[in-house]
Amino acid sequence: MKKNATATATPAAALQPKKVGVPLEDKILYTTVNVVMILWLIIVLFPVIFIVASSFSSSTAISTGRVLLWPVEFSTAAYKAVFQYKMVWNGFANTIFYTVVGTIINLIGTTLCAYPLSRRTYQGRAFVTTLFIIPMFIGGGMIPAYLNVRELGLLDNRLVLFIPGLISTSNMIIMRTFFTSSIPADLQEAASLDGCSDIRYLLQIVLPLSKAVMSVLLLYYAVGHWNAYYNALLYLRTASKYPLQLILRTVLISYEGQDVNAGGAQAMKEQAGEAMKYGLIVVTTVPILLVYPFIQKYFEKGVMIGSLKG
Amino acid sequence: MTQVVKQPVPVTPEAPRLGNPTIRRFKRDWQLHLLALIPVAWILIFAYKPMYGAQIAFRYYTIKGGIWNSEWVGLRWFMRFLEMPQFWEIVGNTFFLSLYSMCINFPFPIFMALLLNVMRNQFFKKTVQTISYIPHFISTVVMVAILNQVVNPITGLYGYFYELFGGIGVPRDIRGIPEAFPHLYVWSAVWQNMGWNTIIYLASLSSVSNELHEAAEIDGASRWKRVIHVDLPAILPTVAIMLIMRMGNLLSVGFEKTFLMQNSLNLKTSEVISTYVYKKGLGGTSADQAYGTAVDLLNNIINCAMLLLVNWISKKASQDEVSLF
Repeated sequence: MKKNATATATPAAALQPKKVGVPLEDKILYTTVNVVMILWLIIVLFPVIFIVASSFSSSTAISTGRVLLWPVEFSTAAYKAVFQYKMVWNGFANTIFYTVVGTIINLIGTTLCAYPLSRRTYQGRAFVTTLFIIPMFIGGGMIPAYLNVRELGLLDNRLVLFIPGLISTSNMIIMRTFFTSSIPADLQEAASLDGCSDIRYLLQIVLPLSKAVMSVLLLYYAVGHWNAYYNALLYLRTASKYPLQLILRTVLISYEGQDVNAGGAQAMKEQAGEAMKYGLIVVTTVPILLVYPFIQKYFEKGVMIGSLKG
Repeated sequence: MTQVVKQPVPVTPEAPRLGNPTIRRFKRDWQLHLLALIPVAWILIFAYKPMYGAQIAFRYYTIKGGIWNSEWVGLRWFMRFLEMPQFWEIVGNTFFLSLYSMCINFPFPIFMALLLNVMRNQFFKKTVQTISYIPHFISTVVMVAILNQVVNPITGLYGYFYELFGGIGVPRDIRGIPEAFPHLYVWSAVWQNMGWNTIIYLASLSSVSNELHEAAEIDGASRWKRVIHVDLPAILPTVAIMLIMRMGNLLSVGFEKTFLMQNSLNLKTSEVISTYVYKKGLGGTSADQAYGTAVDLLNNIINCAMLLLVNWISKKASQDEVSLF
C-alpha cells in the first residue's frame, strides 16, 4: 500500500527506472523468449529445408542418407521425373479447375446466405441461423452423407466437389458479421426509402464495400479446395477426375506402409522414386507458399472477424 | 433530412392496412427470401437429409428397402459394436489419441502466444509469426508425405541423426511401430498448427489495455509477473471458449490424417472410430453400412452430449459469462 501511494505521488520518479534499464529479471525473460523463438523457427524450417535440399540432390545421395540441409550432388532429375509424370499434370489441371470454379460457387452460395442474415429485420433470420448452426454440432455422419450423394446421382460426378461443400457455416458467419458490423444499417434504410430493392442494394452497395471479407473468404475457400482430398476419396471413382491431392496420396503415401518394415533392400529398390517424391512435394506446395506472403494479413483478419462471434 | 423523411413512414396509410403481419413482412422481404432459398434448400438436402437418413442405424438396411422400408432392428447394430472384441481397442485409441492431442495441442499455442506477446523486437516477432504459420497451409497429404520422408530410417532426417548419434546400421522404421503412432500423430500436428493457433490468442492479447500493464509496472511487477497476472487473465475467456469447442470433439479423431498415416503394422493403435466407419461403410454391404452408421451416430451423440455438458459446467462456473449459446 505504502509503495503504491509513493508511486502515484511521484509518477515521474517511478517511471525513471524503466528508462534507465531493464531489470535483470526481465532481461532473463526476454533472452529466454528469444531463444525459445529461435528454436521454434529452427524446428519449423528444418524439415522444409530438408525436403527442398533433397529434391535437388542426386538419388544416390538421398538413398545413402547423406542429405541434410544443402543439396548433395546437385541434380534436377527429381523435377524432370515429376514433369514427365502425366498423372500429376492431369491432377494439377483438375485441381486448378476445382479450385477456381469451386471457390466462385462457394462465394456466391455464402453471400446468398450471409446477406439476408445480416439484415436485422429479416423475417427468417432466427430460423435460418438455427438451421445452419445445428449441423455444426451434430450430423448424420459419413455413411448417410455418402448414401445421400449416391441417391442424388452425384457419385463420380465432378459436381460432387462443388455442391456438398457449397457453404462453410463458419465462413458464412464471418461474412455475415462483416456485413452487420462494417456496413451501417442506416445506409440500407436510406437506400430503401429511395426505392432501392434488396437485391440491388446487395449488388450495388454491399458487394463493392465488402472487398476485404471477400478476399479473406476467397483465400479460405481456395486453399481448402487446393488441399482437399476427402470428398474426392469418398465420391470419385475415375482416376482421370482425381484432384492433385488424391494422386499425391497414391504416389507419395498409399500402401507403402504394407511393406514398411521390409528393411534396406526394399528401400534401395525404391530409390529412383524416392528422389521424385521430394520433387513432387515441392512442386505441389509451392503455388500456395508463393501467394502466402501476400495474403497472410487477410488470413489473420479472417480469424479475427470470425472470433468476434464465438 | 433522413429524419424528416423517416418520420411519416409509420403513419402512412399503409400502417392501419388490414392483413396478417406475417404475410406483410413476407411481402416486404420477398427478395431476401428468394436469395436465401438456395442456401436453405442446400442445407436441407446436404445436412438434414443425411441426419434423417441416419435412421438406417436402427434398420436392417437394404438397397431395395431404402431408408424408409428396411426392417426395423432397434439397437441391434449398437449392441454388435459394443460386443465386438475390437470395441475397446477402437474406442480406446480414439479416446487416447484425442486426449493426448488435446493435452499437447491445446496449451502449446496459448503458451507460445504469451511468449510472442512478450517480445519487444517487432521485426523478429513478425518473422516468427510469418514462418510459423507456413506449415498450416500444407495439405494433409503432403504433410503426411513430409512426415514419412523425415522419419524414413534410411533416407530421412531420422536415419541421419540416428547415425550421427552413434546408431549402428539401419534403425527400425518407426512408422511400423504401433507405440510410435500417437506421438507421430500429435507432434506433427504441433509442428503444423501451433503457429496458426496462436493467432486467436494474440488477437485477444492485443486488446489488453496498456494502462493495466503500466499500473502493474509501477507497482513493481516484473514482465513475467505481468504475463501471469495481466496477460493470462485477459485471454482466459477465449481459452475457455476454445476449450469448450475442443471438448465437443473429445471422442473424435480427424479422419483425414489418421487414415493417411495408417498402415497394416500400426493398426493396433491407429484404428479409430472414423477410419473404422469408413472401412465398414464404403467397403462393405448395405448391412455393414447400417452398422457403420450406428457406430458413427453413437460417436456423434457422445460428442454432442460432451459439448453440452462442458458448456453447461462452464456457464455455471462463470455465472453465464463463458458459454457458447
